[in-house]
Amino acid sequence: MAWLNDVIQGILLGGLYALFAAGLSLIFGVMRLVNLAHGDLSLLAAYAALLIVGPLDINPFLSIFLVVLLVAVFGYILQRGFLNFALEDDPMPTILATFGLSIVIQNLLLEVFSANSKGLDAGTIETQALKITDQISIGWFPLITLVTSVVVLFALQLYLNRTRMGRAFRATSDNQEAAQLMGIDNRHLYGLAMAIALGIVAIAGVFLGIRTTFNPSVGPARLIFAYEAVIIGGLGSVWGTLVGGMLLGVAQTIGAHLDPGWGVLAGHLLFLAVLVLRPRGLFAKQVQA
Amino acid sequence: MHAHPVEAAPAAGGPNASPGPRGGVRTSPLAEGLLEVEGVSTGYGSFRALFDVSLHVDEGEILAVIGANGAGKSTLLKTICGLLRTEDSTVRFDGRPIGTLPAHKRVGLGISLVPEGRLVFPSLTVHENLLVGGHSRRTGPWSVSKVRELFPLLDRLMDKQAAHLSGGEQQALAIGRGLMANPRLLLLDEVSLGLAPIVVTELYKAIPRIVAEGTTLIIVEQDIGQAVAVADRIVCLLEGRVVLQGRPDEVTREQISAAYFGI
Ligand SMILES: Nc1ncnc2c1ncn2[C@@H]1O[C@H](COP(=O)(O)OP(=O)(O)OP(=O)(O)O)[C@@H](O)[C@H]1O
Ligand SMILES: [Mg+2]
Repeated sequence: MAWLNDVIQGILLGGLYALFAAGLSLIFGVMRLVNLAHGDLSLLAAYAALLIVGPLDINPFLSIFLVVLLVAVFGYILQRGFLNFALEDDPMPTILATFGLSIVIQNLLLEVFSANSKGLDAGTIETQALKITDQISIGWFPLITLVTSVVVLFALQLYLNRTRMGRAFRATSDNQEAAQLMGIDNRHLYGLAMAIALGIVAIAGVFLGIRTTFNPSVGPARLIFAYEAVIIGGLGSVWGTLVGGMLLGVAQTIGAHLDPGWGVLAGHLLFLAVLVLRPRGLFAKQVQA
Repeated sequence: MHAHPVEAAPAAGGPNASPGPRGGVRTSPLAEGLLEVEGVSTGYGSFRALFDVSLHVDEGEILAVIGANGAGKSTLLKTICGLLRTEDSTVRFDGRPIGTLPAHKRVGLGISLVPEGRLVFPSLTVHENLLVGGHSRRTGPWSVSKVRELFPLLDRLMDKQAAHLSGGEQQALAIGRGLMANPRLLLLDEVSLGLAPIVVTELYKAIPRIVAEGTTLIIVEQDIGQAVAVADRIVCLLEGRVVLQGRPDEVTREQISAAYFGI
């Protein structure tokens, strides 16, 4: 029964990882850009929420709408004003550019907010739980997180599959030059992709900010979890990313159950196992460009 | 550079200018064609692929551009559609200089390229490929159902991923996708590449119907036969230079082969 509880908690946590991973996967899919600043950008969202909730005196949950908007606009500007210029056939310039960005964000946050841990307080909802049996209880907050993740990922999937811009995203992912020949402005599209990716990771950043405390140096660790969820699930599949995040979450909670220090390690081991056995991930898109 | 440049094309308004039903030779030297390319020299990095290339296409005309491997045919089409940019005034469309305009904006003006090697979107279905073709569509006759009529072979493939199509099906899809933008000028780069002759004949049957809808065509081919048969006018490229221009009835096969091989 305790194991079942681990699995449930892991799945709940995995929803959050999937939310972190979705943007990373989208960006890589559309423009072959590995965003090493992804984790730091999620932190930026958490700090933005911190700045907003005080003066406006609102619950962090409510701040999400404003934070997502701000971070998405920032993402568009970041892409069009900076990263687009580093995009080449060679992935190295963007890797270096986002690595630099990661360091800049960390130092900026350190300068403004100090190295002290901060947290977002969402009130009593953080500790309330649904008691299923003596051993299993589901926290309201993790449940809300998971539901939000599923809804957001579902919306993303719908957007990619059903809308004109969504099709343009997939066409550009298949063949960037041919997409331009269809009248698709790739610079604008890359900006939109970054806006959507960062908007989604902003939600994740605020949720994680409510769940745990954070400080300016935790971004890279989040990037690694997101990256692992993407690889486990397989590139280019939104639902694969969700399953990847959940498997990672389950591995971490079970690992932590065995020994409190093994949680993260168990996640890494699962990631390595998938890399060895199914290098393209469990649910990779069937047709590659 | 070449010992015997073949120049069969009469100069604009020259002595033997016979105004045809569709203007091969310009009736007035002042009249602008739908597309004017004037003195384009371009290439890739330090490599020059085109040297001072000029040509014009009138509305409703079919221009065939022929030439051997590496002659610069695709480069010319890239310059026209905007994948390669030049000085603004060297490419004019409907009287408007567009040489610096990016490709996606030229689609909105009415220039579409069906690229060499088709480049269909492999992970998208046939239907989705067509919809993406209409991403910045102008108003006009072409729609998904009209393309299905034009290429009945696509009809039962609409929900199939483009990656699983045969070469001929992909080419039909690529042409249909290009038409979805309702272009005024459609550029076709080596439709026949790697396809069986019977398939090529099938695909070329679509050309009169495309022209009938008022679309102007530039057809690039290595294989002279098909293109010359449908063309109103021929331009032959050799090592990045225009070496022959004229109507099919004005140029002999010998002149074409001479221009083609540079002998
Ligand atoms: N992307 C590129 N980078 C560098 N050189 C190129 C590039 N594309 C073409 N070239 C060179 O430019 C010249 C003209 O090429 P282009 O593709 O226009 O020829 P083409 O007439 O279309 O030939 P083909 O019939 O083989 O398609 C060739 O010498 C080719 O090697
Ligand atoms: Mg070519």
